Amino acid sequence: MAELQLTRADFEPLHTDQEIHSLSRPSLSYWQDAWIRLKANTRALFSLYLVIALLAFTLVGPLFWTVDPAAQDVDQISLPPFADRDARIVSPYEPWNGSSVLPVGEGLRLADTPTSEAVRLVWDPVAGATSYSVYRSRYPTGDDRALGLPLIDLYGSASTTFEDRLDLSPRTYYYSLLAYDGAGNELDFQTLTVEVNRVITAESAVERGLIAAPDDVQIGDVIFMPLHPLGTDYLGRDMLARLMHGARVSLFIGIAAPFLYVLFGVVYGSTAGFIGGQTDQLLMRFADFVVALPFLLFMILFKIAFGIGPGESGIFPMLVALVLLSWPATSRLVRGQILQIRQEGYINASRLLGAANGYLVLRHMIPNTMGVILVTLTFAVPSAIFTEAFLSFIGMGVAPPTPSWGSMCNEGIKTMLTTPHELIFPALFISITVLAFNLLGDGLRDALDARMRSVE
Amino acid sequence: MWRYTLKRLVQGVITVWFIATATFFAMHNVPGDPLLNDKNVTEEIRANLEAKYGLDKPIMQQYRIYIWNMIRGDFGISFTQKNRSVNDIIYSHFPVSAILGILAVVFAGLGGVLWGALTALYRNKLPDVIIMFLVILGISVPNFVVAAISQLTLVNVNNLLGVSLLPIAGWGGIEHMLVPAMVLGLGTMAYLTRLMRSSMLEIVSSDFIRTAKAKGLPPTRIFTSHQLRNAILPVITVLGPSIAAITTGGFVVESVFAIPGLGRYFVQAVQQSDYTVIMGTTVFYGAFLVFMVIVVDLLYGWIDPRVRLE
Repeated sequence: MAELQLTRADFEPLHTDQEIHSLSRPSLSYWQDAWIRLKANTRALFSLYLVIALLAFTLVGPLFWTVDPAAQDVDQISLPPFADRDARIVSPYEPWNGSSVLPVGEGLRLADTPTSEAVRLVWDPVAGATSYSVYRSRYPTGDDRALGLPLIDLYGSASTTFEDRLDLSPRTYYYSLLAYDGAGNELDFQTLTVEVNRVITAESAVERGLIAAPDDVQIGDVIFMPLHPLGTDYLGRDMLARLMHGARVSLFIGIAAPFLYVLFGVVYGSTAGFIGGQTDQLLMRFADFVVALPFLLFMILFKIAFGIGPGESGIFPMLVALVLLSWPATSRLVRGQILQIRQEGYINASRLLGAANGYLVLRHMIPNTMGVILVTLTFAVPSAIFTEAFLSFIGMGVAPPTPSWGSMCNEGIKTMLTTPHELIFPALFISITVLAFNLLGDGLRDALDARMRSVE
Repeated sequence: MWRYTLKRLVQGVITVWFIATATFFAMHNVPGDPLLNDKNVTEEIRANLEAKYGLDKPIMQQYRIYIWNMIRGDFGISFTQKNRSVNDIIYSHFPVSAILGILAVVFAGLGGVLWGALTALYRNKLPDVIIMFLVILGISVPNFVVAAISQLTLVNVNNLLGVSLLPIAGWGGIEHMLVPAMVLGLGTMAYLTRLMRSSMLEIVSSDFIRTAKAKGLPPTRIFTSHQLRNAILPVITVLGPSIAAITTGGFVVESVFAIPGLGRYFVQAVQQSDYTVIMGTTVFYGAFLVFMVIVVDLLYGWIDPRVRLE
């Protein structure tokens, strides 16, 4: 057996050149990790940018587009987007008694250039006719003879002129003329397509603030009407300004309400979950009752109950009603999480180290449920926006002068066939917002909570 | 089972009582008073009207009368349509809403299961991408916009064909019901499709599917009797709350399509502040929804025996 030879050098401590356990990557907190995962998700990131853009649209937008959303431009009512806005200056209107000399041509024809002031029609007398009827339509008359608006019934064979001054706007009109004999039989049917140009007198241009003084322009000059990039609504209010200010209502309700009720739900749920026992049972039973209330019915009921005073927009009652009815879902969720976390080892360890109850809840329990809470919050935003839109749509939302996307849709849907842009724009904004928050919620859920991760 | 049913029913009755109470006190909080709309009301007439409607009594007594009437199934008389009882309104208009709602639920349920299964089957392929895109649209577009657009499309299609293929509005036969029911069920269908898809995909990787494959079952058989059957279960659980969503969504669809349902009546009552109709309809709808949820829960226990009803 060989003798073990030990020298003094064997008892020298080893020199380590490198650390054996080194972290190869930087240490990441939960939130940093989540942010990295969110950034990798292009859809979520895109929707995050979209949300930021929408917020900028409503908060910064009105600084650049300073048109008053309540101001009415009576010359440009229901104006489609990107419409021509030039107007020719004309001399003040002079009454017309029909022309004695018929202009050349035959059938129904124009006596004068058609303007938004007046369209002057003349026609050749029809043999045997004792009365004429004039109609005006915004659409081609077609074979089924949809004549449109009846303008006048003229009796007596001598009257073969008509001046239309009824609510003319710069667009194409389709005029029809019907001639009847004494027995009421139709003798003749003529149509005429008229392209109306916008005109304005120098006086009214000054009145509207388009030019400084009547002498600045001459008859025949072309001036520009106020600009409305997205057109105007049925009262001549600027769509872009209304959309910006409407976004304020919709996004305020959409973000403030979920924030408030999620906060309340967190407090309620964590109290119930932490105290447990009889109190928990009682609190949760009450939450069950509130859940059972039919949501939209009670939204409407509460809205009526709170009432809207004169001059109020009704945003606050809607906010209160939303908070009152929506908190239980969050409180249930948070309670479940707290009950689960209460069993964890680190809670016991913290308690052993002398942590007070308040500290346990605020330092350990709530931060550990934060992911779930944040996801709930993001998904709550679209549903709150929908609720606001729905209520405003049935006329139970914000009071009329205040625009909101929902009430704009409500107004737009009535004129959907003739001026679709009044419905399309607010509807598009609601859809984009809801879409953005939904996608963001999906992304956040994937990033924050591995257990809730959706199967993709 | 019976004990559970009884317990749920008792809970349901208490919930309905809670709804009725909340409705009563919310409506009593309304500023102004219900008789304010009548013009030229002298003191005597007002006193008479108040006595007729019981508005002169102390509030707790009014509450007792209200609850007692409700137990007897009497919801009172409409304020705006004199001589028409709320019961009569519910009786004549609720069936319309119910038929529309049932059609919408069937449409949403079948559609959701079908599309969800399809997307899971063709995962990440073209059908999946297209359907999921439509689903996201269905979730993001408010149903009044969908209603308006579908009505517009219908007008154009009818014009194009030169015949009235489907009526644009109104109520009558099955042809009136199809489009509104589809619009009404669309949001729910989109939601169910998403749910069905993720539940299908979750099941694909479960043990019993692997076992079924290992013992040599044909793929179609695995798909229909294992995958589909198990994936449907979560869809059924949310069907209860979906009925609630569809019923309230009915307000808008009924208004847009001019369908004489209870939802449209409710919206009208709200706009005209017809108090008794609002109260009666709210309690009626509330009770209906509470019991629908109970029925769905019981059904769930019957469909999936693993769920023990306790």
